[in-house]
Amino acid sequence: MKAPRFSYVRPASLTEALNLLAEKGPEARLLAGGQSLLAALAFRLSDPQVLIDISKLPELTGVTRVGDKIRIGAGTTHSALGRDALIASAVPLIAQAIPHIAHPAIRNRGTIGGSLAYADPAAELPACVVALEADLVARSKTGERRIKAADFFTGLFSTALEPGEILTALEVPVASASDRCALVEVARRSGDYAMAGVALKATLAGDRIIAIRPVFFGLGDAPVLAHGAAQALTGGPPTGERIAAAKAALATDLDPPGDQHGGPEMKRHLAGVVLERAIARMTNSEARAA
Amino acid sequence: MSEMIDIALTVNGEQVRARVEARRHLIDFLRLDLGLMGSHIGCEHGVCGACTVRVDGDIVRGCLVLAASLDGARVDTIEGISDTGEIRDLQDAFIARNAAQCGFCTPGMLMAAADLLKHQPQASREEIREHMSGNYCRCTGYQAIVDAVETTAKARAAKA
Repeated sequence: MKAPRFSYVRPASLTEALNLLAEKGPEARLLAGGQSLLAALAFRLSDPQVLIDISKLPELTGVTRVGDKIRIGAGTTHSALGRDALIASAVPLIAQAIPHIAHPAIRNRGTIGGSLAYADPAAELPACVVALEADLVARSKTGERRIKAADFFTGLFSTALEPGEILTALEVPVASASDRCALVEVARRSGDYAMAGVALKATLAGDRIIAIRPVFFGLGDAPVLAHGAAQALTGGPPTGERIAAAKAALATDLDPPGDQHGGPEMKRHLAGVVLERAIARMTNSEARAA
Repeated sequence: MSEMIDIALTVNGEQVRARVEARRHLIDFLRLDLGLMGSHIGCEHGVCGACTVRVDGDIVRGCLVLAASLDGARVDTIEGISDTGEIRDLQDAFIARNAAQCGFCTPGMLMAAADLLKHQPQASREEIREHMSGNYCRCTGYQAIVDAVETTAKARAAKA
């Protein structure tokens, strides 16, 4: 179907974009890569009066190291993240996530900020930033604030962003030598949204897990940090017994709604499968995490 | 801010100036405004890959790009990369392997395959399948398509 009528404007600077957003209010939608928004418009699920195109804003792109953090501009495309040497070495969880996101033609346009702000519960990057304890940077006309990733996703396609705010960047701690990470998902076809998936980051001492953050996607209305499973895995090596206890804990950690792929029981089963595979990948690979 | 946007861009090496509706996506612009019918519209919401074209050298879903956003961009379509001869060998391999059945997905398949051959010239069959997984063939002729891409990759490697 064709999109409904709307106006379009491409501001030249972030300041101009923020002014436009404040002026137009809820009738405006921000257009970043457009890989979800333009599909939603084609379905007429959204009816904005104006699209403010922020995809070319220089303030929003690039990956830089700032102290012990990596700053990722919200407008950085998935493809750019996938070939970035700093992401590969310092934020390997995001590097692992990229090949799972849709297909090359979509990764060339889609942006990390767009994915986070859209907050699809089955998307990989929201789960990654929660696992990584990233800070999300939001700008408005009145200033800038940082939102913890764990507080950012407030429900189905909803976030802590206020009207008039633009997500400009995220800041992720640099992986240390004792960190490990893994991202595993199950999808019917390569590039599809996951039926169930997990992004996890762990800190090891020898073979002992000192801390772990398994964050599930496709299993709730937002990324879900599995506290019970984390507790079951913390304090020792990931033995069969501990993994079984972690999988059992998912019964209370997760309350997945059924969807087109299957009912809650199947989703719970898949959650256990991806958790077990992710722990195997994390311990088998020497890849440092983060 | 307007529902009609003026753009100046390069399409297949030619300068184009146009006034487009803000909601016009790139494929309608190419097909209806410029008469370039090689890029096909399948699902029109980013799933099927039939509308794959290049913007500034990178493949995109044409139905998920607004023409209005392309002021200053360089667009290359199946017509353009056929005319330059860039994919002559790939097209010959598609013919030899009977990789086009009804032909609807073929332009998108060729754009996606050309992109893979450029970035991963040594791609294995598995990598070819992965890269092409965003392009649907409703005749389900995938085997022949993967064969044609693999043949081209090997032939290019032998020549290099």
